[in-house]
Amino acid sequence: MSGASIELRNLVFSYDETRMEFDLSVPASSVIAIMGPSGSGKTTLLNLIAGFEKPVSGKVLIDGRDVTGLEPAERPVSMVFQENNLFAHLTVEDNVGLGRSPSLRLTDADRADIAQALAQTGLAGKERRLPSELSGGERQRVALSRVLVRDRPVLLLDEPFASLGPALRREMLALVRQLHFDHGMTILMVTHHPEDAQLIADRIAFIEAGRIVAFEDTTTMFSRAAPDAFRAYIGA
Amino acid sequence: MGVYRDSRVLAGIAGLAAVGLLIGGAFAGLISEALDDWSGAASAFDSYLFRITRFTLWQALLSTLLSVCPAILVARALARHPVFWGRSFILRLFALPLAVPAIVASLGILALLGRAGIFADALAWLTGEPWQGIYGLSGILVAHVFFNLPLATRFLLHALETVPTDQWRLAAQLGMGPRTTFRLIEWPVMRAALPGVAGLIFMLCITSFTIVLTLGGGPRATTLEVAIYQALRFDFDPARAVALTALQIALTVVVVILLVRAGADMVADANMPVARRRPNMARAPETVFNALVIIAALAFVAGPFVSTIISGVQADLVRLASDPAVHRATLTSLGLAFIAAALSLLLSLSLTMARSAMEHSRNRTASPSFLERLFDTGAGFVLVVPPVVVGAGWFILLIDSGSVFSLAPVMVVTVNAVMAMPFALRAIRPAWDGAAERHDRLCASLGISGFNRLRLIDWPSIRRPAFTAFAFAMALSLGDLGVIALFGSDVVKTLPYLLFERMGSYRTADAAGIALFLGIVCLALMMLVDRTRRSA
Repeated sequence: MSGASIELRNLVFSYDETRMEFDLSVPASSVIAIMGPSGSGKTTLLNLIAGFEKPVSGKVLIDGRDVTGLEPAERPVSMVFQENNLFAHLTVEDNVGLGRSPSLRLTDADRADIAQALAQTGLAGKERRLPSELSGGERQRVALSRVLVRDRPVLLLDEPFASLGPALRREMLALVRQLHFDHGMTILMVTHHPEDAQLIADRIAFIEAGRIVAFEDTTTMFSRAAPDAFRAYIGA
Repeated sequence: MGVYRDSRVLAGIAGLAAVGLLIGGAFAGLISEALDDWSGAASAFDSYLFRITRFTLWQALLSTLLSVCPAILVARALARHPVFWGRSFILRLFALPLAVPAIVASLGILALLGRAGIFADALAWLTGEPWQGIYGLSGILVAHVFFNLPLATRFLLHALETVPTDQWRLAAQLGMGPRTTFRLIEWPVMRAALPGVAGLIFMLCITSFTIVLTLGGGPRATTLEVAIYQALRFDFDPARAVALTALQIALTVVVVILLVRAGADMVADANMPVARRRPNMARAPETVFNALVIIAALAFVAGPFVSTIISGVQADLVRLASDPAVHRATLTSLGLAFIAAALSLLLSLSLTMARSAMEHSRNRTASPSFLERLFDTGAGFVLVVPPVVVGAGWFILLIDSGSVFSLAPVMVVTVNAVMAMPFALRAIRPAWDGAAERHDRLCASLGISGFNRLRLIDWPSIRRPAFTAFAFAMALSLGDLGVIALFGSDVVKTLPYLLFERMGSYRTADAAGIALFLGIVCLALMMLVDRTRRSA
C-alpha cells in the first residue's frame, strides 16, 4: 500500500441553510489533521471524500482520478468512525474479513492476511472474540486491522479515539503513526486535540464555517505565525 | 429514480400490493354486491340495523368505562407500592389476557358465571332464584373488562412510571398526602394517557366479534360484526351484510380518526412496564385500601384462568386426545397459524426495509414521498377493517364462484397475517431502524449490499425481534375465530372453530378440554416471546 494524492476542486455542499465550499490539495502519503469548531464541517469534509455525502458541484480527485460519481465502496478510501465501526454479532476475525470480502467468502491467503493485520495492531489471539468482549481501544484496533486488510491508499479518521482516555489515545496515535510508517497511506484525521495534531500530523487544515481558512505546516500552525482564528480556537 | 430499483424497495412494493389486494378484494366484493342489489342494500337500513348499531356503541362505551375507571385505581395502587411480594407476578398475569384467545376467555367466564358455573349456586342463593347464567350485555361486559382492565392498567402504570423519581422524592419531602399526590402528580400524567387508552379499548370493543358471538344472547345483544356473520352464514342475505359492513367501516373510521387526533397508541403490545427503584410511600390506611384494590383486580383477572383450568382438567382429556377431529383441527390450526405468522413476518419485513431504504436514500431535508409514507403507515389502515369485514367482502366476492369453503385456508392465512402486521411491525421496526442507523455507512464503505447484507448484517441484528413477531402473530392467528367462523366447514376446521361447534352442540366438557389445550399453546408461545425479549 502506498498513498494517493487528494484534490478537492470547488467542492460545494449544501444542507438546509448551511453552505460549504472546499478547495484542498493533499500530497500523497501525507498526514493531515483537520481541526475547527463544532459544526464547522470537519466530518462533512471527510464524508464528501468518502462518498457518504454528495456535493452540489465540484470534484473530488484521488490519485488524479475523478471519483465524484463513485459509490463509497468503489473509492480507494477507508474510513474509521468514532463508534459503530464493528458489527456487534460478528467475531473480530469476521469483522476484519469484511474488509477483504463483503460476502465473507475468505480464502486461506485472506485468513493469513487477517491474522497478520491483527498481529500488527496487537490483537493476536483475539480472533474469536465478539466486539462486546473488547475494550474501547481494542475495538478501534480491530477497525484499523480492517483498514490494513482493505489496503486502500487513503485513510480517513473521524475522531476515532475521542472517547478514549489520554494515555490510550496517545498509544493509538502511536499505532497510527507506525501503520503510516509501514504502509504510507495518505491520512486525514479529524481531531479536537492540538496535541494529537502535533503528535502525528505534517500539516493542519483549519476549518471555519464550511471553509478551509488555513492549511499550513504543523510547526507553523503552532507558532506565532499562525492565523489569529486558529490561535483563538486552540486558546494560544 | 434509482431508489425504485433497490431490491428492498421492490420488496416493500410487493408487500404493499399484497395487503392492498387483500383489502381491495374485500371492498370489490362489497361494492359489486351493493351495485347489483342497490335497493336490497338500501332497504337493509331498517330499525333492526339501527338497534344493532346502538347496542354496538352502548356496550363499547360501558366496557370502556368499566375497564378504565377501575384501572386508574389499580395502576395508582401498583405505582404507590413499587416493591412487594408478588408484584411482578401480577404484572405478568396482567399481560396474559392479550395472549388468550377470546373464545377461551369466553368459556372460562362461562365456567365461572354460567348457568352451571362454579359460582352458580352462590349466585342463586344471593339472588334468591335459579341462576340463569351470564349472557347478553352483562356477559359481554365481563369478558371485555377481563381483557381490557389489565390492558388499561398496564398503559396507565407505564404513564405513571414516566414520572421522574425525583418528583416522588420531592412529594415525600414536602409531605404530600395521597390525595395531593394524586391531584398534583398522578392524575396529570394519567389524564394525558387516558384519551389514548380509552380510545384503544373502545375501538377493540366495537370490533369485538368472538365474545359477542359466544356470550351475546340473540338479537337483543348483537353487534354489527356478529350481525354481518349471521347475515352471511344463516340468513344468506349479502345485501344486508353489505349494509352492515358499510356501517361498521364508517364507525371504525370515525373512531380511528378521533384516536389519531388524540395521539393514541393504536397497537397494544405485550411490553411490561419495569418499575424503577423508589420507596414505598403509602401509609397504613392507604396501604389497606390499595391492597384491597389490587386483590380485587387480581381475583377478577385470575378467575377465568383458574376456571378454564378447573373445567378443562375435568373434561375427558384422554378421549379428547385420541379424538381424530381434535387431531385434524390441531394440525390444521398449527399449520395455518404457522404460515400466517411467516407471511405476516415477511410482509412486515418488506415494508420495514423498504421504508428504511427510502428514508436513507433521500436527501435529509426532503420530505418523505407518498410511497415512503405508505410503507410507514400503510399497515395501520388494516386496523380500520376488522378481520370479519375483510372476510365478509371476500365471502361475497367468492359466493358465485362456488369455491367459498375450499378457499378457507387461504382466507384464514392471509387475513390473519395482515391483521397481525401492526404488532409484527412494532416488534421489528425499532430493531431494524436502529441497526440501519449503526450499519449503513459502514456497509456502504465496505461495499456490503443486497443479499450479502441481509445474510451477514441485517438478519442477525433482527433475529430476536423477528422471532417475537412470529410467535405473537402465530398466537393471534391460532386463537382467531373471526375469519374461520365465516369460512369454516366440515372440510376445514381450526381448533377455535371446533371449540365453537362443540359449544354450540352443548358438549361443554369437550369445549372446556379444547379450550384448556388451545389456551396452553397460545400461552406457551407468548412465554417464548417474553423470554426472548428479556434475554435480548
